[in-house]
Amino acid sequence: MSTPAASAPPASAEVVASALAGAGYLADDASALVCFLAQRLGKPVLVEGPAGVGKTELAKATARATGRPLVRLQCYEGLDEAKALYEWNYRKQLLRIQAGGDDRDGWSSVHDDIFAEEFLLARPLLQAIASPEPVVLLIDEIDKTDQEFEAMLLEVLSEFQISIPELGPIAARSEPIVFLTSNNARELTEALKRRCLYLWIDYPDLERELEIVRLHTPEMDERLARRMLEVVHEIRALDLHKAPSIAESIDWARTLLLIGAQDIDRETFTKTLGILIKHQTDLELVAQRVGVSLEARSRLGVDGK
Amino acid sequence: MSPGPGPFGSVPEAGPPGLTARLLELVGALREEGLRVGTSEILDALEATSSVTWSSETAFREALAATLAKSPEDRRVFDLVFGRFFFRAAEAEAIRQDLAATEAEAGATPGDEQDIDLEALAQAVREAVAEGTDPQMRDLARLAVAALGRQGEGVGVVGVDVQRIRRALGLQTHAGRRDDEPDPDEGPTLDRESINAFERHLRRELERRLIERTGTLPPARPLADLDRALPSNPAQDLAAVHRSVKMLKRRLATVGHEHRGRRHSSVVDVRRTMRTALETGGVPLRLRYRPRRPRRPEIFVLCDVSTSVTSASLFFLSVLHALHDAFRKLRSFVFIERISEVTEVFARERDFTEISRKISSDGGVADVSGYTDYGRVWLEFGEQVARDLGPRSTIIVLGDARTNGRAPHAPALGAVTARAGRTFWLNPEPRLYWNYGDSVISAYEPFVDGVFECWTTQHLEQFVGLLAGQAPEPQPR
Repeated sequence: MSTPAASAPPASAEVVASALAGAGYLADDASALVCFLAQRLGKPVLVEGPAGVGKTELAKATARATGRPLVRLQCYEGLDEAKALYEWNYRKQLLRIQAGGDDRDGWSSVHDDIFAEEFLLARPLLQAIASPEPVVLLIDEIDKTDQEFEAMLLEVLSEFQISIPELGPIAARSEPIVFLTSNNARELTEALKRRCLYLWIDYPDLERELEIVRLHTPEMDERLARRMLEVVHEIRALDLHKAPSIAESIDWARTLLLIGAQDIDRETFTKTLGILIKHQTDLELVAQRVGVSLEARSRLGVDGK
Repeated sequence: MSPGPGPFGSVPEAGPPGLTARLLELVGALREEGLRVGTSEILDALEATSSVTWSSETAFREALAATLAKSPEDRRVFDLVFGRFFFRAAEAEAIRQDLAATEAEAGATPGDEQDIDLEALAQAVREAVAEGTDPQMRDLARLAVAALGRQGEGVGVVGVDVQRIRRALGLQTHAGRRDDEPDPDEGPTLDRESINAFERHLRRELERRLIERTGTLPPARPLADLDRALPSNPAQDLAAVHRSVKMLKRRLATVGHEHRGRRHSSVVDVRRTMRTALETGGVPLRLRYRPRRPRRPEIFVLCDVSTSVTSASLFFLSVLHALHDAFRKLRSFVFIERISEVTEVFARERDFTEISRKISSDGGVADVSGYTDYGRVWLEFGEQVARDLGPRSTIIVLGDARTNGRAPHAPALGAVTARAGRTFWLNPEPRLYWNYGDSVISAYEPFVDGVFECWTTQHLEQFVGLLAGQAPEPQPR
């Protein structure tokens, strides 16, 4: 479905922010602004940041907010154009050749025929480009691919077209909103970065994360949610293999709701720690550091009353 | 700042009016700080700024940042340059319109100093810093400068004044007692970041006063390198060091992979090609290639852990830690006066803090005087380890080459490096300080394949790229 909002670029960053909020994503100023600019300038957005801060979710939310379908290309090492752009359907081509191979002058017709769009298997990038209605294209974890693949993306990202040697360039029928996400596992090439708007998303501050968590678990008591996030932030400040992501704090909130915890004392904390921390060494460190401070704090709380 | 007015000595010219000119000046300043900003990006920036409201500083800054600064490091530099640039632009404008005089009068007169209750001020500052509210910190910085600024004194050494004021206010990080539990009696602990923020306000305020007093802008200085990205800065948290090394570790893990494309002299895998060909009726339409094995270099790392590189060695140790995860064939040594192998320690311990504790306490570093003796280190290394070296091995030395006046024994190093395939030296000091004092890096330089300064993660990354095989390989297959 193509709503009017999908075709016309939004008027301001605030409009984008509220649209995203409507889609269940609370964007900070920078994210909303960059999304707005992306739609305004028609440029792809390169989103970087630690794992689990909502990079992919931003693209999904944009798709929901603009009512566009989402086309996703998950990158991995060794991804090549056959899986990202297009592929010739060899079997079908072969069948076509064999079917027409009997009569004498068949070849001349076949040989023009087998490189037609009919025999093309569209992969995500071609899908996004060729789609008659505008889409949101998400190229996830671009840093996992090879540099050659990046170079291949350049044409798609700057011209919104794909050149197929046998067919010539296929231009976009509609302008997609493109998001590229990266975990910064390797430095992306200058050429790619130059064509993108850059957005760095970091862990949100406490107040914003509180809003996010309460958006997802509205039944949760605000005081408890705040208390929980204080602990999460304390954990993030530690030197861990993997800091808890936003998704994990939401999971934790849900768990706390489920077990009906009223307060985060040491026992509930250690019981539910596995939801936040997924590394053995991290577990030990957190149990040791945060467990102790939790005890101190609850003692303080009692004294305060 | 090539497109704009030159370094400000006196009251600057206004330059051509309009946003485009300002933006070009800003880009000039950014380029001077090492950001690679292309013309197409300037065009993007202009287009972006024309789609946002200029009344909001955040919107304006974010729009520029999204188009001009394309990595977290660049973003940090961008924020610094952006702040400095518009601060200077505003001050230059103020001087031109002669607004300064009245404001300077209204500022602190010597009489003010007694009027402000220091205790209350320090308390208020501590609260503001703990809460991290920006406007409040700015106001308090202004107040603190008024109270403690001591006009006329310390002209031009803003940094010294900042430290003095900070100390007078009793702002201390909890870095010193990080192992202790947070003590409820000591009030909120202040983290490094917010104190830094407060210091930035102080600095800004002091600079503003200086400009008001003298009526001129000081010459535009490049950003102090320490401001930019420095994990070896002792003031920074260990966690910050580790974060950057963690990123490096991931890059190390993938390094070389991106060069494994099939363009480079790949070998066709006949079995797999024929097997895929079955799908297409035995016609080999698609070739399959044999995967290339990444090179596994043998690395020997020697790390100076003496006091002259205390701050850097923390950084280096964590680098070593990261290297150990990435390269299987790695032997590491630490040295001060003598050398000792710590490969075992790294292999046994997973936790970095534990490692650094072990190394500093019972790592076996024969540390008689606490002064580095590079000459002796080479001799010992030659005796104990040199026979394990081969053309495949790479030696990496992490140290400042400060021998404390002892004999450098450069030929001994030469004998060692002659046996190894490659030798690199990473020096934690900026190139400017090399060969000053007791640094004898130039004596060692002829014997190694490369000497690199290495005091930011960026330097390190460049080096890692080199190590992982972008450089020509002397070793035959």
